[in-house]
Amino acid sequence: MSSRIIVTAEINGEPTEFLADERDSLLDALRERLGLMGSKEGCNNGNCGACAVLLDGRLVNSCLVMAAETEGARVTSVEGLAQQDRLLPVQEAFLDHAALQCGICTPGFLVATQALLAENPDPTEEQVRYWLAGNLCRCTGYDKIIAAVLDAAGRAATPAG
Amino acid sequence: MVAPAKSPYRVVGTRPVRPDGTDKVTGRANYGSDIRLPGMLFGRVLRSPHAHARILRIDPSKALALPGVKAVITHTDFPAAEDAVADLGETSSNLKWLVDNVLASDRALYHGHAVAAVAATDPHVAEDALALIEVEYEPLPPVLSVHEAMNEAAPRIHPNMHTVEMMARFTPGPRSEHDIPNVASHLRMEIGDLDAGFADAEVVIEREYETGTSHQGYIEPHNGTALWNEHGELTVWLSTQGPFAMRDSLARVLKLPVSKIRVVPMEIGGGFGGKISAYMEPMAAVLSKKTGRPVKMIMQRDEVLFGTGPTSATYVRVKVGAKRDGTLTAAEAYLAYESGAYPGSPVGAGGMCMFAPYRVPNQRADCYDVIVNKPKVSAYRAPGAPAAAFAMESTLDELAEQLDIDPLEMRVRNAAVDGTRRIDGVAFESIGNEAVMTAAKESPHWNSELQGENRGRGIAMGFWTNGGQESSAYATVNSDGTVNLVIGSVDIGGQRAALAMQLAETLGIDYEQVKPLVVDTDSIGYTFITGGSRTTFATGWAVHEAGLEIQRLLEDRAALIWEADRELVHYDDDGVIRGPDERSLSFTEIAKQLHRTGGTVQGKADVTPEGVGPTFACHIVDVEVDPETAKVQVLRYTAIQDVGTAVHPAYVEGQIQGGAVQGVGMALSEEYVYDSEGRMRNASLLDYRMPTTLDVPAIETILVEEPNPGHPYGVRGVGEVPIVPPLGAIASAIYQATGVRPRTLPASPRVLLEELLPDDEG
Repeated sequence: MSSRIIVTAEINGEPTEFLADERDSLLDALRERLGLMGSKEGCNNGNCGACAVLLDGRLVNSCLVMAAETEGARVTSVEGLAQQDRLLPVQEAFLDHAALQCGICTPGFLVATQALLAENPDPTEEQVRYWLAGNLCRCTGYDKIIAAVLDAAGRAATPAG
Repeated sequence: MVAPAKSPYRVVGTRPVRPDGTDKVTGRANYGSDIRLPGMLFGRVLRSPHAHARILRIDPSKALALPGVKAVITHTDFPAAEDAVADLGETSSNLKWLVDNVLASDRALYHGHAVAAVAATDPHVAEDALALIEVEYEPLPPVLSVHEAMNEAAPRIHPNMHTVEMMARFTPGPRSEHDIPNVASHLRMEIGDLDAGFADAEVVIEREYETGTSHQGYIEPHNGTALWNEHGELTVWLSTQGPFAMRDSLARVLKLPVSKIRVVPMEIGGGFGGKISAYMEPMAAVLSKKTGRPVKMIMQRDEVLFGTGPTSATYVRVKVGAKRDGTLTAAEAYLAYESGAYPGSPVGAGGMCMFAPYRVPNQRADCYDVIVNKPKVSAYRAPGAPAAAFAMESTLDELAEQLDIDPLEMRVRNAAVDGTRRIDGVAFESIGNEAVMTAAKESPHWNSELQGENRGRGIAMGFWTNGGQESSAYATVNSDGTVNLVIGSVDIGGQRAALAMQLAETLGIDYEQVKPLVVDTDSIGYTFITGGSRTTFATGWAVHEAGLEIQRLLEDRAALIWEADRELVHYDDDGVIRGPDERSLSFTEIAKQLHRTGGTVQGKADVTPEGVGPTFACHIVDVEVDPETAKVQVLRYTAIQDVGTAVHPAYVEGQIQGGAVQGVGMALSEEYVYDSEGRMRNASLLDYRMPTTLDVPAIETILVEEPNPGHPYGVRGVGEVPIVPPLGAIASAIYQATGVRPRTLPASPRVLLEELLPDDEG
């Protein structure tokens, strides 16, 4: 039997303490130990991006981070994006553009997009495609996702009146 | 461009936000793998490392001794299966084969074939336990291609299997007079007089083509959670395209009456045909029965690739004859599709679809379903059609070039029209084939100039029949003027929206007044899979009929309230009920009065609609081929399609864009790579290379709306046909760019470079 580790981290703004198996990835911990099921497992080896989260503001695939490594870290998953019952512009844009079909890759795309817009609030289409190349979507052919991200960048730049 | 006609509809044709959208952008939507039950165990599957091996011994004792391990099962834990043909979803299968594919009995027939399963208190413990299950194998020589399999010297993978002559695509006939090694069935389709047709031709060409194995590639791995309770009732929560098809599979494998099984469809993370068959679900059920606890099983990605059903690798030979003016006189095809370890490839669909866009009076297709030591294939978006269309479209392109006719003009001259018979004898009615070709001809893309070196443009057509089948729906009017719509069709990409829109249209109310709910198999009538491009069509029909019943019942109520002659009360399209003396009640007004006038009003319908409308697509693609690396980059892509009435145009476009990009993957990068022992060597999403954002441009769509007269709102299925043309279009574009015509897809750099390099370097 493997041993358990107590991890203290800030998960979606909440100081959180949880017990993790030493073999748990951050994705395992979010899903199985904390019940945060929004981050999805598509490949469990960093190829699909469905489990993307922000770790201290940096975009990572949570399946490639050990839970134990997150001691003292800030983690933002898809559940932590919407603030006070308001969707973010990127969440609204995904809905308006029909940028999801099955929706399984959507949490990863949303988190990755937030990371992009934090670094580059006004990306070109090429920059968006380059940034999101680590996220696989099998339903949409990416067209509407790219449109939604570009639209979200525009919305974020124009505060709602 | 096709000028959009003024829509006769208020709701159909608009682009509202989907009802399940907020849950899916906040991470709240519950997919199959998100379920958690008290006392739940975690299951894992041990799989064969051999492509073909006798299983001599399985010893689980060491695994069972590991603390936390609660049970290990093998095939002997399933009820013995008799040989019987069972209709399940889109393919039919012998029950013994169905059970053996879930869990191997005496032999493992492909790398990844499930051999045993374990349930433990923790996923890590379950994984550890796999290494402790001892299996003794006697490796046997694997059969890895249709050419090997059909050779007289080949080992017979199923020694007792005989070749069956099919009477029609899904109708087995008698045993063939001549068994062909490892061929489960042969289907011949034929119209006209082939010999006369070729005698009539002035130019005849014959070419051979092959395609590799590709996978549906849904991002969500298969999952299933089962609870077999003390009363012998089984509940399974999972991601599936067909809750009722899964209930049927479980009933047959486990020998349970369907009434003892409840299948609860959770949200599904993609399917494309691949989430219909049973894989781990029966194992989870038996593990739950053995342990008395719920058991959750989730596949790892490599298991998804080598342990579920991809599409067939194919060999197709095509011979086409034409007059000098381009008129096609005869077309003949020989198709051999890998079915994997058990029969059931979609080869018949390939033969049926490949010539369908064209008026060819004399046609024949010989279709062979071939067993090999690879995973049993499953449905994948227009199953069987893309590979066959690649062969026909490439050959047609070459023929056009020989005759010095523009490739689109060649297709226009031979376009199938209403009344044209296709190879299975069916005559087309109300098809949009010519309209699609015309729209392609007028498209900005086709009329643009392609400049630059190493660049080429290709064009190809595609055809798909679409499906009908059973659907059930009911709708309940709430006192606040909303309607709860209950359906059995899983929402895989906007179906809730497309169905709610049709009910809103029927009732003359707003889309937001309809609240759709997908329910389990105990809570709705039998509903066929979400697949076959059927849901918006067939379940849409059920929803419409349920709406018509609500109209009639509300007319009854209004007559009662007004004490009016029933005949003089009428429900109008705007959702207002009008009666004598200019009396009227809006939908919301009458909804408030239901409790005082006889109670709830509910409309229901169970339908098996005829009138399925087939569909055609034309894709145009520009590519650039790097002369040194042979990497093909797609520069521009336009998909033109007859979509019938586009109920929710954004999701129609999305289907087209997604299907086109899957086709790009088939054409350029996706294939299973096997070693000589039959082991899959690229079972990850890094090495099984699906298109990323960088591999495709924007996918331009042109919707041609040729309403299907067989549906109340003119709906045609739209989801499958977009994967059919990309292979041929890209192959032709590569030829235009390089002078080399790819005959084998994917045209990966490895394949293409061999052709591009001068002989002395090759």
